Amino acid sequence: MNFVIPDFYPAAAELFVVAMSFVVLMTGTFLQNSRSLSYYLTQFTLLGAAVVTVYTMDGQVTLTFTNMYVDDLMGDFLKLMVYLAVAVVLLYSRSYIGDRKIESTEYYMLVIYATLGMMVMIAANHFLTLYLGLELLSLSLYALVATQRDSARATEAAMKYFVLGALASGLLLYGMSMLYGATGSLELSRIAQAIYHQGGDKTVLMFGLVFVVAGLAFKLGVVPFHMWIPDVYQGAPTSVTLLIATAPKLAAFGMAMRLLVNGLFELADQWQSMLMFLAVMSIALGNIAAIAQPNLKRMLGYSGISHMGFMLLGLVSGVVEGDRHFALNAYSSAMFYVFSYVLMSLAAFGVLLVLSRAGFDAETLDDLKGLNKRSSWFAGMMAIVMFSMAGIPFFIGFYAKFSVLLAVVASGYKWLAVFAVMMSLIGAFYYLRVVKVMFFDEPQDSSPIATPASMRVALSLNALAIAALGLLPGWVMWICDQSMLQSF
Amino acid sequence: MTDTPFLSLAIWVPIVGGLLALATGSDRNASLARFVAIAAALAGLAVSIPLYTMFDVATSAMQFTETHSWIPRFNINYALGVDGISVLFVLLNSFITVIVVVAGWEVIQEKVAQYMAAFLIMSGLINGIFSALDGILFYVFFEASLIPLFIIIGVWGGANRVYAAVKFFLYTLAGSLLMLVALLYLFMESGGSFNILDWHKLKLGMWDQTWIFWFLLASFAVKVPMFPVHTWLPDAHVEAPTGGSIVLAAIGLKLGAYGFLRFSLPIAPDASQALAPMIITLSLIAVIYIGFVALVQTDMKKLVAYSSISHMGFVTLGFFIFNPLGIEGALVQMISHGFVSGAMFASIGVLYDRMHSRQIADYGGVVNVMPKFAAFFMLFAMANSGLPATSGFVGEFMVALGAVKYNFWVGFAAATTLIVGAAYTLWMYKRVVFGAITNHHVSELTDINGREFAFLSVLAICVLAMGIYPFPVTEVMHASVTDLLKHVAVSKL
Repeated sequence: MNFVIPDFYPAAAELFVVAMSFVVLMTGTFLQNSRSLSYYLTQFTLLGAAVVTVYTMDGQVTLTFTNMYVDDLMGDFLKLMVYLAVAVVLLYSRSYIGDRKIESTEYYMLVIYATLGMMVMIAANHFLTLYLGLELLSLSLYALVATQRDSARATEAAMKYFVLGALASGLLLYGMSMLYGATGSLELSRIAQAIYHQGGDKTVLMFGLVFVVAGLAFKLGVVPFHMWIPDVYQGAPTSVTLLIATAPKLAAFGMAMRLLVNGLFELADQWQSMLMFLAVMSIALGNIAAIAQPNLKRMLGYSGISHMGFMLLGLVSGVVEGDRHFALNAYSSAMFYVFSYVLMSLAAFGVLLVLSRAGFDAETLDDLKGLNKRSSWFAGMMAIVMFSMAGIPFFIGFYAKFSVLLAVVASGYKWLAVFAVMMSLIGAFYYLRVVKVMFFDEPQDSSPIATPASMRVALSLNALAIAALGLLPGWVMWICDQSMLQSF
Repeated sequence: MTDTPFLSLAIWVPIVGGLLALATGSDRNASLARFVAIAAALAGLAVSIPLYTMFDVATSAMQFTETHSWIPRFNINYALGVDGISVLFVLLNSFITVIVVVAGWEVIQEKVAQYMAAFLIMSGLINGIFSALDGILFYVFFEASLIPLFIIIGVWGGANRVYAAVKFFLYTLAGSLLMLVALLYLFMESGGSFNILDWHKLKLGMWDQTWIFWFLLASFAVKVPMFPVHTWLPDAHVEAPTGGSIVLAAIGLKLGAYGFLRFSLPIAPDASQALAPMIITLSLIAVIYIGFVALVQTDMKKLVAYSSISHMGFVTLGFFIFNPLGIEGALVQMISHGFVSGAMFASIGVLYDRMHSRQIADYGGVVNVMPKFAAFFMLFAMANSGLPATSGFVGEFMVALGAVKYNFWVGFAAATTLIVGAAYTLWMYKRVVFGAITNHHVSELTDINGREFAFLSVLAICVLAMGIYPFPVTEVMHASVTDLLKHVAVSKL
């Protein structure tokens, strides 16, 4: 057997990130007071990765590393969104982690490795690659949650996250091994072919599928695998919550697409009904439980559960009784949903970070009271985010809901759409409550908002993007369409 | 016809003006914000006037149309146009915006820029609702207009404002979300079009028509509001600041009624015909029962709010008796109610600014200290009770006449509003304005100033002009209404 040097070109961005991670590690080890340098190097890494990704984007589906790795448009776009999200996360968190003395080279290293993990997940064409990326991401996140060593809450959250996360990884791995047993391959496209041609053992396939979906559901954080979300969101430092709540959702979406659509499309009828159950439960529980939360981080956690449920609705409506006619529309609507959710989630936690200062974490509804009197600008920005999350138009959140609902109605699940809109009515209540405390209540806290200008500008741009994309959402939808076209 | 995009201007001039007013920032620049606001409101009115003067009354087709691709992915267009039904509301809305800005001129002292901006942005959005020819564009404007009013009620409203604001928002959102599902379904059925006029031609089975009718009804009935989903309105009205009440009554309530004419009747004509008895019954309950509810109110704003529900019952009644007299009368009633209820709330606002009370019992003998005001208030009260030669009479008379044609007893029941309406309005007027002064605060009241005189007299002129010579209004709508009825008479089954 000859050793053939693999084609590194499709994975150039990942290799660049790996190389840069060593640079960051070295500077952190050998230079004193290198925190600032680490920050800028990390941002440079993300920027560089974006440049490389754009540069190597050729619109083709390229497989490499003996078909373990795939480079296609969906992967490229998702990766670009991941870079953007992580870069914004770092920008927002800088003064927060500086104030709390958790800014260190290790922090940035972990963020870089989490990013790398997401990139690998998005680009995986093989169960092992997928698992590798997933673990790289998860381990980095566990460590990040625990980064505030002397905080009991953060440590507890990290433990919960770790134990449950390990369990979910185990489930996923177990499911993968069953699918391997039934099809004789770990490569997603081979699995698809194997199921298509010979069917495999139905019982084993189903067992494997159930475990894979369970593992996936954990990573997405949908009911009934959502238990970790509220505690981890609340316990982790807000800067880490911001990271967990945004970029990994993109990676999890990528993973869902790779696993379910690229790999197990032949079993769509089966996973569809599972996902539908997960989606319905998540939308209901996420929205109802969020009402009772006085803690905003927790509330946004529950709201995230319901948003992920909505996203699953998009995936569910792709195939109706074996007819793939609706697939493109449905998957691209789900991708658009994830994108807009990440954008809104960034801004929502961003506002909490703006209001936090040394020794004080803004995280309850009371901390937002009377924000309009303290700073009309940020109150306005937060209002945009909240209305957008509630799905009120002229904001991007409406088009996200709209495109998913259209996919749902198109595939004939009219009553599912009715259920979803009624639940988003319940959702509107707690988003409105945030607007209410900001605009209608008197402030409890009158200290001025002292955050660096760069962060204020970035947050404003983020919120204004939610409004601007609400006026002209067409091109983002187009990007999502283009990414999905290759999958069929 | 020129190529000037008057409709786009009518939408975006106030919105941009509102953003400019917002940009003037803090209350230190309050007067600047006020001047920006009045300039934007007047500019908005100015660009709306050509819509009337250049309107071709002979045709029922959409005029001043503009179409640009907006979201090509879903074939959503930025499509605007008005016909005889909608053009008047664009004008009314632009006009009322000017009144509202003037009415809030010195009354609002806190966060002036945000107040003015909210009204201007809302005005633009509402013009968008009336001129949208694309289902999603309509929906987007329809929903987005909730946000400014929510903020207006919640920030500048009365004591129980938060409850009222949230109730208002959730009630109307609940209806609209169901409408969204219906719109999405129509998109699928029509083979991928969001064009409202395409939907008018779309063949639908009875079951589809029925549930679409119900989903649309959920949205529009809440907006109108019809009995029994009317309970948000008195709360919202009572807690809203004067300007908010004026806009809500004069324009907000027309959105739902307009929706019936643009969506429910033409898209689901068979279901509309089949369910007409139910709507007529609900309308009559609104007219009579809510009229009696108004009679016992002790709060002036609540009384006018209930009277609005009762008057809107007349409008929905007019729509669902399917004859030209009914629909035209209902439209006239809507325009007239825009002036009259706006004027009523403005008058109550004048009193409230001085006394900070809306309770009828706190007043009495106002005529002794505010004679000019009493005269205006008298006229508006008469118009509200439907006295001939005021605008209130024309619409009610036409609808009652149409109803008699449809069924004598329906017409008879509807006509009782002329008695009940007179009873609650005039009785309230008597208790507030006439009699001896019992409350010493009343004796310290000052009569209206120049600003108040200006906007009340403009409203008075409108009320009288429309009452004496309604032809310019009915002329515009005639062709469109005739065409609509022709369309509804043809079964889609």
